[in-house]
Amino acid sequence: MAYVSVKGGEKAITHAHQWLAEDRRGDPGVSELEVAQVREQLSLAVDRVMSEGSCYDRDLAALAVKQARGDLPEAIFLLRAYRTTLPRFGASLPVETEAMAVRRRVSAAFKDIPGGQVLGPTFDYTHRLLDFALAAEGGVAPEPAPQAEEPQAYPMPNIASVFRHEDLLEHDVRAEEPPEPYDLTRQPMKFPADRDQRLQALARGDEGFLLSLAYSSQRGWGSTHPLCGEIRMGEVAVEFVPDELGFAIEIGEVTLTECTMLSGFAGSAERPPQYTRGYGLTFGHCERKAMSMAIVDRALRHREVGEQADAPVQDEEFVLYHSDNVEASGFVQHLKLPHYVDFQADLQLIRRLRKEHFERRAALKEAAE
Amino acid sequence: MPVDPVNNAAGNERRQWLSILAKAQPGEVSAAWDDLSDPPAYSALRAPETGLVLVRGRMGGAGDAFNVGEMTVTRAAVRLESGETGIGYVAGRDRRHAELAAAVDAMMQAPTLRPVVEGAVVAKLARAQAQRRDTAARKAAATKVDFFTMVRTRGPQ
Repeated sequence: MAYVSVKGGEKAITHAHQWLAEDRRGDPGVSELEVAQVREQLSLAVDRVMSEGSCYDRDLAALAVKQARGDLPEAIFLLRAYRTTLPRFGASLPVETEAMAVRRRVSAAFKDIPGGQVLGPTFDYTHRLLDFALAAEGGVAPEPAPQAEEPQAYPMPNIASVFRHEDLLEHDVRAEEPPEPYDLTRQPMKFPADRDQRLQALARGDEGFLLSLAYSSQRGWGSTHPLCGEIRMGEVAVEFVPDELGFAIEIGEVTLTECTMLSGFAGSAERPPQYTRGYGLTFGHCERKAMSMAIVDRALRHREVGEQADAPVQDEEFVLYHSDNVEASGFVQHLKLPHYVDFQADLQLIRRLRKEHFERRAALKEAAE
Repeated sequence: MPVDPVNNAAGNERRQWLSILAKAQPGEVSAAWDDLSDPPAYSALRAPETGLVLVRGRMGGAGDAFNVGEMTVTRAAVRLESGETGIGYVAGRDRRHAELAAAVDAMMQAPTLRPVVEGAVVAKLARAQAQRRDTAARKAAATKVDFFTMVRTRGPQ
């Protein structure tokens, strides 16, 4: 028995929600936060909510952040709940990330990657000192970022294509008749999981959980000794085939972050030594998440390269069953709901066990005397 | 033999303007439409409807597909008084964006109406997009790292 429905408390609940609304607004002397301000100025919170909420819509994610008072897992829950109210028109063609209009692309492994190291708008190399100028009221808009005389040329070759001719990096394979990708929103988790199912779960997975798993792997709990082959972030067109047309059209652009991690592979009887790759892809600019996802993806591919699997990051049931923060949060937080009957039943049991315990002790004591 | 809608000039052209209409910001489409001196009347074949498209990626970047997540999309279909029909499929939840995209799609297919929107709407939106893309590409290029090699010397020989 988990919990039973209870009646009563409606008035208290209404009052609690009224207080919540008042607290959400905060001091009325401070101007109210607009959804557009959240969308534009808390854009990385918006990106995380879209990514883990598994629904690309900047305005909806910004609204969710405002409604959740900045509690991102709560905002993710709100977005997931909203998406269930919409019909699904179908699935897109796979996005081609090599054609991305790249705003940021760095390779920590290969200095001379064609197209160069493009830092883009990054926190990297900032000194992490609080900037009190941002706290000043009526701040002036920052200078527009400098523009080069020549625009960055696209498409930018990715790390996989650079070494393709030498076979140093594992190739992506495409089946002649690829099956429909596994869809966790319509199909239950199954094990053993294929890579498409795992990647979908990781793409929706909690950033903090994946970050810790990736960190545990780096520290030796199922290490893949990764090098960051490439991170890229920018805009990619989404193509869709409407029923009315029967051919693909672009229906918009999405911002994506992609990460490829490289891990050395010493080779086996069948496979020559080469680098294997772990892959991360997220909506929006979620670099920490994309990097973590790539490390976890590679760790979960242990069967393909014959690695011994004894660490949490390599255990796909452990990883996939615990990566979703809506499920995790729901199960942990349901403990707040009334469990009065469970507790009552437990109390009766423990009272009886205690009584029996003391009776036994008394009987033993008597026998000893 | 049926005409392959993708690999013929007319199909490609239509793909191109539908892409421009979809990638435009809703406000730009609406402003360009409102600037038309004599926009034609149209009726809804399919009232604007918001739904989801499941976005797919490729495993490893170039392999078989996997599901990344969904995106909101709004679609509409209209018929002009002159009979041409058009469709709009646009990212986001802006109903007017989808409806106007459908109206422009219909006009672009009508030889008499095409000149009305080809420059004033489609080309205008395409220019704005090219401008945004160019600005971002120049900002990106300005953050490109120039490497130089530090030569270490141990002082005078």
